[in-house]
Amino acid sequence: MERYRVVPGPEGYLPPAAALHGVELPLPGQGLVEGSRVEGRTAALAIAERLVSASVPTFFPGPLLLWKSTEEALERGRLVREIAREVGAKVIPMPDYRPKYPMIDPAVEINPNHPNLTIWFNKIDVGVFIGVHCHQANLALKIIRGGTSCFTVALCAHEGHEDANASLRDTDVASLTALLDAVRIVKQGGE
Amino acid sequence: MSLEITRMNPHFADVMPQEYTDLVENGPFGRDFGARDLGSFKELFEEHPMCAGCNLSLAFRIIVASLPNPADTIMVGSTGCNSIAFPQLALHNVHSLFGNQNAIASGLKRGLALRFPDKVKDVVVVAGDGATADIGLDMTLHSWFRGEKFATVMFDNEIYANTGGQESGMTECGEIRNMAPTGKKFNKISVANLAIEAGCAYVAVVTTASPLKISKCFEKAVLVAREIGPTYVQIYTPCPTNLKLKSSESVSLAKERSKGTYQFREHVSPEAEEFLAARAEKTEEQVRVTSKDEEMHSA
Ligand SMILES: Cc1ncc(C[n+]2csc(CCOP(=O)(O)OP(=O)(O)O)c2C)c(N)n1
Ligand SMILES: [Mg+2]
Repeated sequence: MERYRVVPGPEGYLPPAAALHGVELPLPGQGLVEGSRVEGRTAALAIAERLVSASVPTFFPGPLLLWKSTEEALERGRLVREIAREVGAKVIPMPDYRPKYPMIDPAVEINPNHPNLTIWFNKIDVGVFIGVHCHQANLALKIIRGGTSCFTVALCAHEGHEDANASLRDTDVASLTALLDAVRIVKQGGE
Repeated sequence: MSLEITRMNPHFADVMPQEYTDLVENGPFGRDFGARDLGSFKELFEEHPMCAGCNLSLAFRIIVASLPNPADTIMVGSTGCNSIAFPQLALHNVHSLFGNQNAIASGLKRGLALRFPDKVKDVVVVAGDGATADIGLDMTLHSWFRGEKFATVMFDNEIYANTGGQESGMTECGEIRNMAPTGKKFNKISVANLAIEAGCAYVAVVTTASPLKISKCFEKAVLVAREIGPTYVQIYTPCPTNLKLKSSESVSLAKERSKGTYQFREHVSPEAEEFLAARAEKTEEQVRVTSKDEEMHSA
């Protein structure tokens, strides 16, 4: 059977769950790129390449990063801002998960229930989720893949996301520092 | 108090939407704002897509502003017009299956007590008359029989408003509704009496004609539920859309009803009475100490 590739959409209404196509979560030390398990460093370089070459790369920090002032969260926040600066990315927060009918303000926030609005409004071509609770991230990733052509990245603190186009697992200060290094390497023309 | 969750990561302060900055700087978390202060602080429930003149949204706004400890409160809603309000609420909330709200709240309250044994966590149920008195009556009554410690609020618009106007058990006898053209054939259920019989420690019946009364009764209901046992507040919230009233006329209707068939009632169990009196005394003592302090400072 041919390996299923988790490529950007639009897949249409109800994009298939990658897990149902046999995509498995990365093992410790690994990452996912388009549904394939690869070494963590390979995944970081692939993400860095996407970020550097994007027209409107954007970071979407979620509640776990926005509302905590632990030392770890502060340091992760600093690194996210530094990576964003390095690649010229926007930072659009997901401060909570309210659907806020009839509509959120897509210029300044993103929401897991209709994340496509923010992607469309800002013409985002690479979107990076970090600090979003896993079940809400899964929802957002599927909707984005359903209705947009945005390349999605999930920097997950747990086991990664098979519905993202690329994903790291166990994302901590060390892996964000490694991602920042990867971005700098890619900017200088690669290894 | 769980104020940790309302502290912003400074690395993102510049990109946080204004709404959240306002909530942190001028919201009710950890501050003593109440319904009396509406208009002077950032509310947890502000914009909403409900109909113009909706009394349910008015009651919702008042009770949310009257929560004694919003940072440690979880609200449970049910299907109905309140479920259009809940998505706007900047507070943890659970949307339950129609009628299940008091069962969900029972589990939630017990779970919170196990998970946070050293903290006071308030659980508040808000549901329509159909959800409370008809489809969820079983869940409502049994949570009271079991003595579950949370407050139940009924928004009584005497109709299934959200589904276009069927009669509910709370509709008055003889009343005609959009989808109940022959008129209600039996009397309005007295859920307040059922609540007293079932052992609620505090019960109040109020209307949107008296916002401050709603606020006071609701606050008592939350506090008594915390310490003593189940409580129930029934708020008359006439629906201008279904009753075909002008938006300005619905509060007038509440005013009229509050003088006739929807009069204020309050039941306080002896235990709750004692608790509330002791609390009032303590608050007065605090006020005395504070004003004495202020006198000394200004002297
Ligand atoms: C289990 C179930 N049964 C029926 C419905 C359909 N339904 C949705 S809202 C509603 C009526 C709600 O009436 P009420 O509780 O009085 O709330 P209101 O809309 O009047 O505020 C009904 C019957 C449903 N959503 N779920
Ligand atoms: Mg109703």
